Amino acid sequence: MAQVFPRAANDFARASLIVGGLVAASVLGTLVFVFPRSSYVTRQKEARAQPVPFYHLHHVGGMGIDCRYCHTSVDKSAVAGIPPTKTCMNCHSEIFKESPTLEPVRASWREGTSIEWVKVHDLPDFVYFNHSAHVNKGVGCTSCHGPVDKMAFVWQEQSLLMEWCLECHRAPERQLRPKSEVYSVQWQPPSNQLELGRKLMLAYDVRPQVTCSTCHR
Amino acid sequence: MSQERVPAIPVSFEGVRRAGGGRRRYWKSLDELADTPAFLEFLHREFPEQASMFGDPKGRREFMTLMGASLALAGLTACTKQPEETILPYVRQPEQLVPGRPLYFATATGHDGYARGILVESHEGRPTKVEGNPDHPASLGGSDVFGQAHVLGLCDPDRSKAVLYLGQQRTWGDFRAALREPLRKQQAKGGSGLRFLTGRNTSPTLAALMRGLLADFPSAKWASWEPASRDNARAGAVLAFGEPVEPQYRFDRADVILSLEADFVSGHPASLRLVREFAARRKPTGEKPQMNRAYVVEGSPSSSGASADHRLALRSSEIEGFARALAAELGVAVRGGVAHDWVAPVARDLKRAGSRALVIVGESQPPAVHAIGHAINEALGAASSTVSYTAPAESAPGVEAKSLAALVAEMRQGTVELLVILGSNPMYAAPADLEIAAALDEVPFRVHHGLANDETAARCHWHLPASHPLESWGDLRAADGTASIVQPLIAPLYHTLSDLELLAAFREGEQKGHAIVRAHWAGELGGDFETRWNRALHDGVVAGTAFEVKAARVKLGAWANAPLKPEPDGGLEIAFRTDPCVFDGRFANLGWLQELPKPLTKITWDNVALVSPRTAAELGGVAVEQTASGHVTDLAELSLGGRSVVAPLWVLPGHADGAVTVHLGYGRSRAGRVGSGVGFNAYALRTSDAPWASGGLRVRKTGGRARIACTQDHWTIEATPHEQAAERHLVRAVTLAEFAKDPHAIQKLGHEPQPGLSMFPPFEYKGHAWGMTVDMSSCVGCNACVTACQAENNIPVVGKDQVGRGREMQWIRVDRYYEGPPESPETYHQPVLCMHCEKAPCEVVCPVAATVHSEEGLNDMVYNRCVGTRYCSNNCPYKVRRFNFFLYQDWETPSFKILRNPEVTVRSRGVMEKCTYCVQRISRARIDAKNQGRDMRDGDVVTACEAACPAQAIVFGDVNDPESRVSKLKAGERNYGLLTELQTKPRTTYLGAVRNPNPEISGTPGEKRHHG
Repeated sequence: MAQVFPRAANDFARASLIVGGLVAASVLGTLVFVFPRSSYVTRQKEARAQPVPFYHLHHVGGMGIDCRYCHTSVDKSAVAGIPPTKTCMNCHSEIFKESPTLEPVRASWREGTSIEWVKVHDLPDFVYFNHSAHVNKGVGCTSCHGPVDKMAFVWQEQSLLMEWCLECHRAPERQLRPKSEVYSVQWQPPSNQLELGRKLMLAYDVRPQVTCSTCHR
Repeated sequence: MSQERVPAIPVSFEGVRRAGGGRRRYWKSLDELADTPAFLEFLHREFPEQASMFGDPKGRREFMTLMGASLALAGLTACTKQPEETILPYVRQPEQLVPGRPLYFATATGHDGYARGILVESHEGRPTKVEGNPDHPASLGGSDVFGQAHVLGLCDPDRSKAVLYLGQQRTWGDFRAALREPLRKQQAKGGSGLRFLTGRNTSPTLAALMRGLLADFPSAKWASWEPASRDNARAGAVLAFGEPVEPQYRFDRADVILSLEADFVSGHPASLRLVREFAARRKPTGEKPQMNRAYVVEGSPSSSGASADHRLALRSSEIEGFARALAAELGVAVRGGVAHDWVAPVARDLKRAGSRALVIVGESQPPAVHAIGHAINEALGAASSTVSYTAPAESAPGVEAKSLAALVAEMRQGTVELLVILGSNPMYAAPADLEIAAALDEVPFRVHHGLANDETAARCHWHLPASHPLESWGDLRAADGTASIVQPLIAPLYHTLSDLELLAAFREGEQKGHAIVRAHWAGELGGDFETRWNRALHDGVVAGTAFEVKAARVKLGAWANAPLKPEPDGGLEIAFRTDPCVFDGRFANLGWLQELPKPLTKITWDNVALVSPRTAAELGGVAVEQTASGHVTDLAELSLGGRSVVAPLWVLPGHADGAVTVHLGYGRSRAGRVGSGVGFNAYALRTSDAPWASGGLRVRKTGGRARIACTQDHWTIEATPHEQAAERHLVRAVTLAEFAKDPHAIQKLGHEPQPGLSMFPPFEYKGHAWGMTVDMSSCVGCNACVTACQAENNIPVVGKDQVGRGREMQWIRVDRYYEGPPESPETYHQPVLCMHCEKAPCEVVCPVAATVHSEEGLNDMVYNRCVGTRYCSNNCPYKVRRFNFFLYQDWETPSFKILRNPEVTVRSRGVMEKCTYCVQRISRARIDAKNQGRDMRDGDVVTACEAACPAQAIVFGDVNDPESRVSKLKAGERNYGLLTELQTKPRTTYLGAVRNPNPEISGTPGEKRHHG
């Protein structure tokens, strides 16, 4: 019986073993190292629909409302605070009071039931992040939350992976800004950011911990 | 019962004798003394049963299969996304509330009727943790296990949620409609068939409401009754002074304290304050060391006896003779004394102290002994110095037992037509001789109002669910009269009413609790009410409500000469005591308290019949077998006056001979999922004329065996044979005389390791370095720290079976050590928690870096990294790590979800955990300080155990700050570490115990050591 495969098929078979191994390794590597960091898992940059089409783009970018008008506890507490319906009604009992898009807000106010906002920045439950510790030390809102003034529906600007946290905890000078600029959405890091950052680290006594129990307990 | 015939102790205690020659030997259990194989098993292997599973080839194969599967599944979990979560903000955010920051509100818990001031931590409206209120005279900032479990009581899933009529669900409207007719009938006849039964009441508002009701129904009657009766104390005061005054003790002024069966550590309305004052005088320092001295004479070992310098074990009935002899010795005209070696030296000591001496008598002693106690205090000049007298705080200070007996008699005669029971459970706890079940059935309309659908609820036509004190308005008085407003932390979880709201409804229709309490106090506080009311709510006490001191003179009466009650011949004596964990049974459904090892026996989930080693031998020996899944002991039938119960026997060193102690609070049939069917019901033997002790008990071993979950040998620090144990000096105790002679006596008991022996470079701490000291001299072993830790750190309850296998999860254990012969040992308590070692053996063995050293010297535990190898636990010489063998935490029950501390991760199965030094509190304090632009100060971080400790025996702080309290204590002469020869450099250190024995009494520790 004639040979089905030519001699070269042997080399081909050997090569395919090596190539196949490499392919398998890269698939595995992707699964282990790339996939968990992908935006598919982290949901980075994915704008999330909300029960009320609240646009930061309009309220912050357009009207220039300060972050703290709504997120009142950001400098006092671990959580920045999602505003109570009352805060919405401060204005919307006067303006756009007939608008159908605001009906869920009025319903909440009428019936005393909370609006169910979708959580965009959702850390795992074993992570204890504290907003006040950051904004009182010169870490600006936009450093983590991105250009909120340009977002219609808010998305998560950063990956929120632990490596991202540690990047800054190990070298905070790259992210610090003067306390007066913490809530500014226009602030851009100057060209001498590292120099400024080091100066601010001393001035604000910034000594971030990189111990596990800083965030996990 | 001749005592010569029987061996002194049931097992061989060669060890005790061997360790003579001047060196003290500390032991935790009779098994340890006897070196039983089971004890050694627990010593060498942390979890004996689990460890042996791998010897079995089939188990091994199964293990590999499971491991393979779980590895594959664990890999896949990385591919999941987090489920989407929503945020529900307030509609109108309450004023002062900052989301994410807890608020604290002052209120009070009623323990046995008397107020204990508490501060409750509230997270967005959910009460999660209780602390003592420093401004409250009965707390001074300390708390106890019952106070700590208050929040669990609120979230108990078995709480009653609906109105029931004959077990069928009804509405409040139905009840009101049903009540209308019987109530109208009572109105017509002045309420001659209307009766109320409550627990002991100190609430001024409730008393006022009751007075109003009794005015509307002039022939109605109100009985108040509590199983933990204080009738003897009241009757004793009437004997001595002619009126039922309440003695107010001042331990801070007392140099010498004699307790005649008074358990001031846990059995007194002002316990927390008494412990604070007692302990404050038991912390001697090197320069001119001074201490108080305490004698405790008691039959059943109590925490007070364990903390005393001298403890004399006498049967309850023998104490009267001792008291009479002592009084006579001190020149009080009292007859009927029984001679005892201790009388003369104790009398001399009391006399020397004079007005700085104090005699305190326990509730379990008959009225005459209370009167004798008052007479001795007066003779010593203690009255108005260490003790003063005020009116009692109860609104109906009568003889409670009589009040209940009269009510039951009326019920039996059929004259009671409408019975309202408020917050009382007589079906379970009433004296057995009253036979209350039959009497209850004679009442045509029975209403029960309470937190649970309990034994009494089941016997009543109507059961009305009560609001928990954390859900309702009210008020209470402390034993010194100080009133506190009880304010709610949360709206009622279910459709419930408070007792005040229910009583108000009898008169004026529906009223809110807030309005009722406010209206009452508006009358009391008068001018500028709003300010004073707000101040009272803020402070947790109504200013100026403490009772005025009364002048009281002892009048000797017939009691001074009264002959002693003849002891019933034959049989043993039985002593009834409230349980140190579930009290009179009302806390039986609280898992934290059921699983709390009892201070002396270290038994969980059970009550037992306690006997002394000698009595056990007389009963033919008690065979306690220690197995890998718990102790197994003999069952015995206890018979008293024709009634009997079957109880497990347990040998307790230091118990009085010829007596049996049983604890109340167990054997409940309708407590709930946790407490029903646990233990035996000792109330079945208790009669109204002998509530605390009785003679004539017969004990007969049934031949049956019972499994008991006792933790006394769990987590034993390895040190065998015993000569080495002595070398290790885990417990160090000296006498005051030795300490005065050589301030370094404690440190000399061990040998400090040479520094610099470690192969690893030392850590550097630029900022803070946390550390703790635990003072063994002032620790009274009350367990408050254990429960506080459980509440603060979301520690699960594992159940009796798991505890028996050595898997209890509490992060703090209080090791109870004995020293001396089992008949009359000395007792020491040593709370053991994570040592946060500088060179932690656990850190170096973790393969996944789940336990690591922090920048501030904490030994961090990272739950999300832990894969459960348990290497860390195997390598921990202190055995302080706890492993979640199963999913112990209840993740499903809705009411438990509001209970959790949101600052602490709720752990799952397969994860190691241990004390974190309350790292969440450190974080909060650090961030708060930084936000205020300052450094952390000493006292900013208070751990949960430190905050709870009524004795202030635990001090936490920064050891890098030489001015901190903890640094000063660690620099003191009493400071020592456990197992420091292992070079672990523990951050938790101990302050050695100092006892202050009277050299005139033979058998004192000093004596024993000198004469070898």
